[in-house]
This record gives sequence, structure tokens and C-alpha cells, in this order.
Amino acid sequence: MGSARTPEGARTALPAGRWLNRAAVQRALLHPLAKPLVFAVWLLPFAWLFWAAAADRLGANPAEALIRSLGDWTLRALVLVLLVTPLRVTLSWPALARFRRMLGLFVFFYATLHWLAYAWFDMGFDWAEVVADIPKRPFILVGTLAWLLLLALAATSFNRAIRALGAPRWQALHRLVYAVAALAVLHFFWMRAGKHDFNEVAVYAVLFAALLGWRAWRRWGAPQGRGVSSRI
Amino acid sequence: MIIRTDRDGFVHSRSSEITPRHAYLGRRQWLAGLAAAGVAWASRDAWAQASPARPGKLAALPGKMSSVAGATTVEKPTSYEDATSYNNFYEFGTDKSDPLQYAGKLRTRPWTVEVEGLVNKPGRFDLDALLKLAPMEERLYRLRCVEGWSMVLPWQGYSLAELIKRVEPQGSAKYVEFVTLADRQQMPGLRANVLEWPYVEGLRLDEAQHPLTLLAFGLYGEVLPNQNGAPVRLVVPWKYGFKSGKSLVKIRFVEKEPRTSWNLAAPQEYGFFSNVNPQVAHPRWSQATERRIGEGGGLFAKRRPTLMFNGYEAQVGQLYAGMDLRKFY
Repeated sequence: MGSARTPEGARTALPAGRWLNRAAVQRALLHPLAKPLVFAVWLLPFAWLFWAAAADRLGANPAEALIRSLGDWTLRALVLVLLVTPLRVTLSWPALARFRRMLGLFVFFYATLHWLAYAWFDMGFDWAEVVADIPKRPFILVGTLAWLLLLALAATSFNRAIRALGAPRWQALHRLVYAVAALAVLHFFWMRAGKHDFNEVAVYAVLFAALLGWRAWRRWGAPQGRGVSSRI
Repeated sequence: MIIRTDRDGFVHSRSSEITPRHAYLGRRQWLAGLAAAGVAWASRDAWAQASPARPGKLAALPGKMSSVAGATTVEKPTSYEDATSYNNFYEFGTDKSDPLQYAGKLRTRPWTVEVEGLVNKPGRFDLDALLKLAPMEERLYRLRCVEGWSMVLPWQGYSLAELIKRVEPQGSAKYVEFVTLADRQQMPGLRANVLEWPYVEGLRLDEAQHPLTLLAFGLYGEVLPNQNGAPVRLVVPWKYGFKSGKSLVKIRFVEKEPRTSWNLAAPQEYGFFSNVNPQVAHPRWSQATERRIGEGGGLFAKRRPTLMFNGYEAQVGQLYAGMDLRKFY
């Protein structure tokens, strides 16, 4: 990270420095194929799961494997989308912002599939069963709540929605993604509580804490006068 | 959709031995297989149809079809692959795939089981002695996991009562405690503090003496695969799977209710009895239905209703006569 902080144009002698050279990174991020590439990469988990489900390669309990894997990919996409701003600001890669909406929509995409897989393969789309299941399994309520917040964010993700809401209100609304992260960890924690196995939960909790903590620090803890707080 | 009818087991206890008709008819492949073979008669032929005599590569362990009431359910056995790759055996890790991946290192010979406590004839039983202690039987049991899935498994073994009879419990013995292997050298899962090790389970003496309580040495006509609890384990088919300790090293006869591992970890979630009961929910999920592993349709298979005492109510219901099963869950 140190080399990235070198002034513009001052190339370092280290080969690794070239990769973090801001101008080169900026060029790569702005490349016309960059977005299609990220899009294709994030469709790969879906394609793989679809194939595995069709080919009966999901193991002894395919419904469980599918639901859990979709949940894992939702969490991973959420980590990545929350990583965009910290990377963009600390490494001075402004073009990274281009990918934020797409990654955010991938969070929504995998969360939606996760929820649908639960409702379909676990509950057989029997809504009475789903309603009966929710008070028994509060983690499902928490997950559903997180998905509803994501729905609100996805529904206001296009440019006209931003204009209609106005930037400050839009930004305030989209800070709900922090609540989504908290709910997602609670959902995962509660689900794993049955197994007494919190290792993976701890990994996500630490990641989200760091990503949200960095924002809190920028807003309230960092030395003032750099005029970046509004960019968080 | 779960259709609640009088076939759910709890209401009509006597029907609990019969596979629900809708479930039976729903398995078209299975039915077709039966019809094609021209085999109509229950478990023996059905079983021979469903899985080859020895699907694995382990040493053969034949047994005579058990004559114990309820010990040979008329249901399609789970595939060998599913039964040996989807396991809960926390000593090897908490993922279902961990036991298959890590249990290969487990040395199952030499092996001794110590029988101690309130008995007239305590002793250390070598595995070979245990294997010859009583005639080996073949039993087809339903297995219901507390997590909400189930299998149908062909075990080889004999009633634990055979061993209990030989060691002569004293009048003060009220419970039996089962201690399982906890060897850090062989079991990577012990590094995680998910449970207190060694894993301990327990039964009331009359439960332990029930003929359905099986001391199992084999699965699918072969010695037990390591991931399924080799070389000797307990199988208590009317209780949630975690009550059936794997890789047993000690059987202790005691006066007080044993402190069992899951009960210690979460007493409000896992009671000492832990009988399969669709009417008593786990605090965090319903136990009314279950997913039968490998059931036709795979991803699209419906969950099936869970039966009272896992369908063994006719055989074991009287053990709990007069007990409030909500209180003693």
C-alpha cells in the first residue's frame, strides 16, 4: 500500500509498485472490458451452482448445499461491495467507484436466490409453512429483513432514482447497507449457533467490523480538514 | 406442503411401522424397480434390489435378518455414497464432509471397550470378543438427525442388551453412560472447542436394555466405515442421531443421569432423552418434518412428516408412559 501513496507519476523501482501504480490501475479500471469482466466473474458462482444442481453434483443434501452456498456468495459479494470505498479512498483509485453499483446488485442477486432457494427447496413454496417457520427460526426473519433492505437499495439503484431522491437522501438511504451487513452477520451467527461452530462467522464479523469501523473512523475519528467524509 | 393426517404417527401409533402410503407410492423409481423385478415382498428383497450386497470395499460382516420387532423397516435404504459422505462426527470436524475426509486415519485395531461401574462383571472387552459375543444381525433402521434430515440405514450388530446381560448390572445401576474416543493424534476436530471432549452420551438402563438399542459393528454388510463410527457404535433408532455415540471406548453403569455432551453445551436445546418427537420443536427450529436424504426428486423432493419416536412408538412408547415429553425432551 505504501507505494500507492507515492505521488502521481513517481514510479517506484519495485516491480510490485507497477501494479499499484495509480495511473495504470486507473487505466485498467476504466478499460471498456473491465465491467463486463467483473460481471462475468460474478456470474460464475451462479453458473456453477446451476450446473451442479442440474447434474446432481450437490452431494447428499442438495437443497441444503444450494441454500448455503448462495448465502456464502451473498456474504462474499457484500464484503466486496463494502470494500470498494475504503480501497478507492486509501489507494486513490477513483475509477473503482464504477463497480460499486454492479457489485451491490450482485449482493441483491445472490440474496434473492438464497431466499428463493429456501422458500422453494426447503419450504416447497408453502407460504403457511414459511410463516410458521419464521418465529421458530428467528434467523430467517433476520435474513428476510436484510433482503427487504437490499430490495429497497436495488429498487433505487438506477440513475433516475438517484436524481429523483436527490444525492443526500439517496446516500442516506443507501447507508442501509451497513445495517444489511450487521443483519447478515447476525443471521449467519444464529444459523451456525446450532452447530456451535463460529469460526466462519467470526471471519465475516471481523471483516465487516473493519470495513464499517474504517468508515466510522473517517467520519468521526480521523483528523479533520481533508474533506473526504462525505465520500464515505 | 405438509399434509397433516391421521397417518402422522402420533395419533395412530400402530401405523407407525408402516411407511406412509403417499411416501411409498411417491417413489416411482423405486416402485418401478420393484415391479420390474417382480418382487413384491418386503424388506429383504426390497433391500437386495436397492443396494448391492456390499457397495463398499471394507471387510464383509454378514448378519442374519433380525427378528426383533420393528428392526427391519420396509423402506428404501439410503445410498451407500450418501450414508458415508454426509456425516456428523465432530471429532473430525463440523462439516458434513469432514468425517469422510479425515476419519481415514483412525486406527480401529486393536480396540477395547471398557465396561465398568455398577456391574458384577466389569471388564475390558477386546473388539474380537465383542464381535463374537452374540450372533450378528442385520437391521434396517430409520435415522433421524436433530438437524431435520433422515436416512434409512442397514446396520450389522446385536442388541446392547446382550452385553448388558453378561456384565450383570447391580440394582443401583439406573443409567448407562457411553464414552467415545477422543484422541487428538487421530481426530483433528478435537482442536475446536465446539463440545466438551470426550463426547459422552447416556441412556436410562431400560432404554439401553430395549432390544432395538443396537450395538453396531457394520453397515451395508461390511465393517463400519470410520466416518460412521468404527469399529463399534451405538444406534438408538427412536432418538435423534446424536444420542448414538460413535467409536465407543467405555460403557459405564451409573446411578445418576450422565452429563451428556450436547446437554452440557446447550441444555435448553438438547435434553437428556432427545426422543424424536414432531410435536416438540427444537427452540430454534420445528421438528415436524424432515428431509429424507436421497429421496427421489433430489432438490425438489418434499420434506416428509416426522413420526413420533421416529416411527418406533409401538416398540418404545411404553418406556415413557406417564412422562411429560415436553418437559423431558
